[in-house]
Amino acid sequence: MTEPVFAPWDDPNEKPLIEFKNVTKRFGDFTAIDDLTLDIYEREFFALLGPSGCGKTTMMRMLAGFETITEGTILLSGKNIARVPPNRRAVNMMFQSYALFPHLTVWDNIAFGLKREKLPKDQIEARVQEMLKLTRLEKFSKRKPHQISGGQRQRVALARSLAKAPKLLLLDEPLGALDKKLRQDTQFELMDIQEKTGTTFVIVTHDQEEAMTVASRVAVMDEGRLIQVATPAGIYEMPNTVYVADFIGDVNIIEGHGTKTGDGYDVTFAEGQPALHAKTDAQLGEAARCYLAIRPEKVTISAERPDGAVNVVQGTIHDIAYLGNLSTYHVELPTGQILKAQAANTRRLSRRSFTWEDKVWLSWTDTAAVVLER
Amino acid sequence: MRRFFLIAVPYAWLLVLFLIPFVIVLKISLSDTALSIPPYTPTLDFSGGWAGLKAFFSALDLENFWFLTSDDLYWKAYLSSVWIAVASTLLALFVGYPIAYGMAQARDEWRPTLMMLVILPFWTSFLIRVYSWMGILSQEGFLNQFLLWTGIISEPLIILNTNTAVYVGIVYTYLPFMILPIYAALEKLDASLLEAAEDLGCSRIQAFWLVTVPLSKNGIIAGCFLVFIPALGEFVIPSLLGGSQTLMIGKVLWEEFFNNRDWPVASAVAVILLMILIIPIILFQRNEQKQREAEQ
Ligand SMILES: Nc1ncnc2c1ncn2[C@@H]1O[C@H](COP(=O)(O)OP(=O)(O)OP(=O)(O)O)[C@@H](O)[C@H]1O
Ligand SMILES: [Mg+2]
Repeated sequence: MTEPVFAPWDDPNEKPLIEFKNVTKRFGDFTAIDDLTLDIYEREFFALLGPSGCGKTTMMRMLAGFETITEGTILLSGKNIARVPPNRRAVNMMFQSYALFPHLTVWDNIAFGLKREKLPKDQIEARVQEMLKLTRLEKFSKRKPHQISGGQRQRVALARSLAKAPKLLLLDEPLGALDKKLRQDTQFELMDIQEKTGTTFVIVTHDQEEAMTVASRVAVMDEGRLIQVATPAGIYEMPNTVYVADFIGDVNIIEGHGTKTGDGYDVTFAEGQPALHAKTDAQLGEAARCYLAIRPEKVTISAERPDGAVNVVQGTIHDIAYLGNLSTYHVELPTGQILKAQAANTRRLSRRSFTWEDKVWLSWTDTAAVVLER
Repeated sequence: MRRFFLIAVPYAWLLVLFLIPFVIVLKISLSDTALSIPPYTPTLDFSGGWAGLKAFFSALDLENFWFLTSDDLYWKAYLSSVWIAVASTLLALFVGYPIAYGMAQARDEWRPTLMMLVILPFWTSFLIRVYSWMGILSQEGFLNQFLLWTGIISEPLIILNTNTAVYVGIVYTYLPFMILPIYAALEKLDASLLEAAEDLGCSRIQAFWLVTVPLSKNGIIAGCFLVFIPALGEFVIPSLLGGSQTLMIGKVLWEEFFNNRDWPVASAVAVILLMILIIPIILFQRNEQKQREAEQ
């Protein structure tokens, strides 16, 4: 028995929880969100990724009800939310600035939303205790926000937004101030909560690794527009533009001229260099100007010319970045171009096979590179 | 050395302008009235040497303070002053808070102008402003003329020379002291806190009571003390706007000094007034201290 894959976005019968329909948001004559259309489904863990100022927070604020929509509509469970005030939306938001109430203790901050629902006292008590435990804040429950550290504040903000178990939870850079260990723990905690409660999460992050770890789908934004929306693997393996390829992870971009051959394209990129072959279903336009995007870990580095490899180039090692488990070799081609190749460090440092100024061969298969038009 | 000077300056200031005058007043309050210049005995005379000094101290007693308890005028005046000061402080709060709130909500470019408008009355003499209230509140004053003209009343209201006029005068005079600290607190308030409150299920009004008011608490407390403390000893307003039945300790003090020429009793009244004021002043300072700690 195989577990059904969670992919409601591929199912035409599935109703999205959130629908952005041609949404535009302008501040004066500045367009922060530009004609954006997007569906987010129930139980999704949806990550928004993009450079600073691209409109991530603005999108969240429109969902939470703090920004009016200039054009277009947003539907939540099929209902237009334009006229629903923030306190009537089953949406909670964790603010980028945390927005903790400075006059209330950690405990009262977390209980704030629960008290508004007029729950019985012991239920509130139990729920707050649960949240404190989850975020490991039990020891700080009596302190005021100015008496705890930045990371602890962030956890209080997280606990406060989680406490009401909303249908939709908006997290604006929820883990930015945490150290790596705690961040990873909290990421798994979030995924766990998501699985248990079935809450839909929309998360903003600057950390692509985080987006890759937690998200069911990732949206890469730039200047108020969506560039690509896909699963983490889809974004990584099949970016649709050079921008996305470059934004997520490390990548080699080779600009060249493509000619259709067999099942893909042959790309010539420089005088005296062999044409590089890449399999693809994509059809390039007339100009046939194209880019190859190759992940460094898909490039094999070797001292001898490998036999039977489809794409082979030679160069000298220009630089080595030692990352512990991995090393990234920066190899300079005779054309002056630098290609990066990554290899696992299975041997001790002293016995590493390559060093600076070594002549090496780089090779990759015909499926390693993605052909991009722009 | 630098540190010593930094501390010495404010202490010297307090010594010269507060402590020495207070000791003088305290000394007079322990003396007896006399038909002389100055109108009390004993006076400090160093020519008598040690024995003279001894005679001087033995002549001081608490007689005037006992006198204050024997006549119910005094404690009634204290009580009524406290009452008038409390009531006008609350009135000033109810008038001042919405004004401060409005200022804090106004667009950035308007705020300096609004601030100017609040401070502007200070640029005219206090006495002139109180006199103009007499012109407004008197039986033939602008207010009565206006109300008669609109037909709301048929007989002129008697406001001047009543306690109502005193409240109006105190609230008007000290309103800026209420508005400014509250405005300072509200202006610092982070708008995202109100959004967070709404996000967590508050209506706008609930968010106001649960977030805005508690976070402007220090401003409210500061404003209340800044109005209460001067209002308690107020003398000009009750004597110009108040009537014969308006009993305030500032007025009693003035009468003792200038009508009865009884400096010792007047000084005793002043010393007790100071004692009453010290409690709110200490509370006020503690509030400021707490606020400073919270802001660190
Ligand atoms: N109230 C506002 N008035 C005018 N411009 C605004 C306002 N709020 C946001 N903007 C602009 O809209 C754009 C998008 O802002 P937003 O806060 O959504 O960015 P972001 O993607 O969240 O960035 P970051 O990653 O730095 O948080 C920015 O250029 C910002 O300057
Ligand atoms: Mg943001």
